[in-house]
Amino acid sequence: MMNLHLYMAQRISALVMAPLTLGHIAVMIYAVQGGLSAEEILGRTQGSVFWFLFYGSFVVAVSVHAAIGLRVIVHEHTGLRGAGLAAFTWGTGGLLLLMGARAVHAVTAGGAS
Amino acid sequence: MRYARTHPLWLAYVLHRVSGVALALFLPVHFWVLSYALTQPEKLNQFLSFADQPVVKVAEFGLVFLLAVHMAGGLRLMAMEWLPWSAPQKTLAAGAVGFAFLLSGSFFLQVISI
Amino acid sequence: MPEEAEKLEVSVWRGGADGAYETFQVPAYENQTILDVVSWIQQYADPTLTYRFACRVGMCGSCAMMVNGRPRWTCRTHIRTVVQDGAVQVGPLRNLPVIKDLAADMDPFFDKWVAAGGVHSPSATRHDPMEAIDPQETDRAEASAGIECINCSVCYAACDTVAGNPDYLGPAALQRAWTLYNDAKHDDRVNILDAVSGNGGCHNCHSMGSCTVYCPNELDPMSAIAGLKRETTRNFFRKRR
Repeated sequence: MMNLHLYMAQRISALVMAPLTLGHIAVMIYAVQGGLSAEEILGRTQGSVFWFLFYGSFVVAVSVHAAIGLRVIVHEHTGLRGAGLAAFTWGTGGLLLLMGARAVHAVTAGGAS
Repeated sequence: MRYARTHPLWLAYVLHRVSGVALALFLPVHFWVLSYALTQPEKLNQFLSFADQPVVKVAEFGLVFLLAVHMAGGLRLMAMEWLPWSAPQKTLAAGAVGFAFLLSGSFFLQVISI
Repeated sequence: MPEEAEKLEVSVWRGGADGAYETFQVPAYENQTILDVVSWIQQYADPTLTYRFACRVGMCGSCAMMVNGRPRWTCRTHIRTVVQDGAVQVGPLRNLPVIKDLAADMDPFFDKWVAAGGVHSPSATRHDPMEAIDPQETDRAEASAGIECINCSVCYAACDTVAGNPDYLGPAALQRAWTLYNDAKHDDRVNILDAVSGNGGCHNCHSMGSCTVYCPNELDPMSAIAGLKRETTRNFFRKRR
């Protein structure tokens, strides 16, 4: 169940995420060398404005993108529509945004020493 | 009788949908684990050592593949919709899968080469 | 026929939505379309069998059915190309209500054709001079690509998005909208973009391409819908400025 505005939100969030995804995969390929540790991850990200903006915009875009994508799939497979579908869309987007914001806060806040 | 529709672009559509759902289900878990970083870093480390098992590494390879294939497939769709050239869609769809294997493959080689 | 012909095992949908397949033994001939087989059953085995056809030469678009789970124009499909181990299954078109047996209710299909802005509204009257159109022009070439549509609903039956979302206008109606949008002699071109931008509009398409794969006239509704997405996107940014 899509209209022009949902479509634009879906495609614009996708365009935002394309370079971020490539960057994220590149970081992963680099970071997993020799195993991962919390200290290593935090040493890279804590107090960094760059990584805050990088993962912050990633979380915003993915919340929009996944909420709309799941909305379409739920409508096509269960027939949910109207207020129920709207609640599902906003609920999914809100939950991802909240959990994502907590994660970004946890890995980038503080420790700028 | 089942509706017969298996052709390359339909498979590309199914792959895009399945990878999208899988990523959407994985994300909350990913966020939840990361949010331990500040409050309980030892829990995050516990999780990261759990992720050292070979089975989990293969699962990680799968996740990176899903991410890469969803991105490449999405770029293919947007190119088809917005750019004037659009003819070799099957080739582009196959290219998206190949590109995803390349990316997730190099990730996999890194995780197993310790 | 001189000697006892080989038999085909043909199972045909009988009844409405809660019907079932019924199997008939039909003599196999050297030259035989699916429509010939269905007609044989109606003429020699069971005169109550309901099905729809008119021209028998692929012009009118009324004989489309599901054949072995695939939508096809039955008058132009040779039985030899679909028969599997001497058997074939023929059902009413997918994604449309069944009236009876092989006849599907085409009303939703044509209603959506109109809802997508598919009714031609001329830009000039008969008293105006004739407008000169260059057939090579880009717009005209896009419009010409879609005008061979015979409204058979094969693409509509092929589309999984229609199956999951009954509001979706579907490939045929949207291709018609794209054709008119590119037609210099259509008066209402901008309104088409509004008509295809609603909840059932072109943005629901997932580009799975079954429409283009199964179109019997080898048209390309998937690309026509992509054209609508492109133009509505362009219009979206133009309005903002």
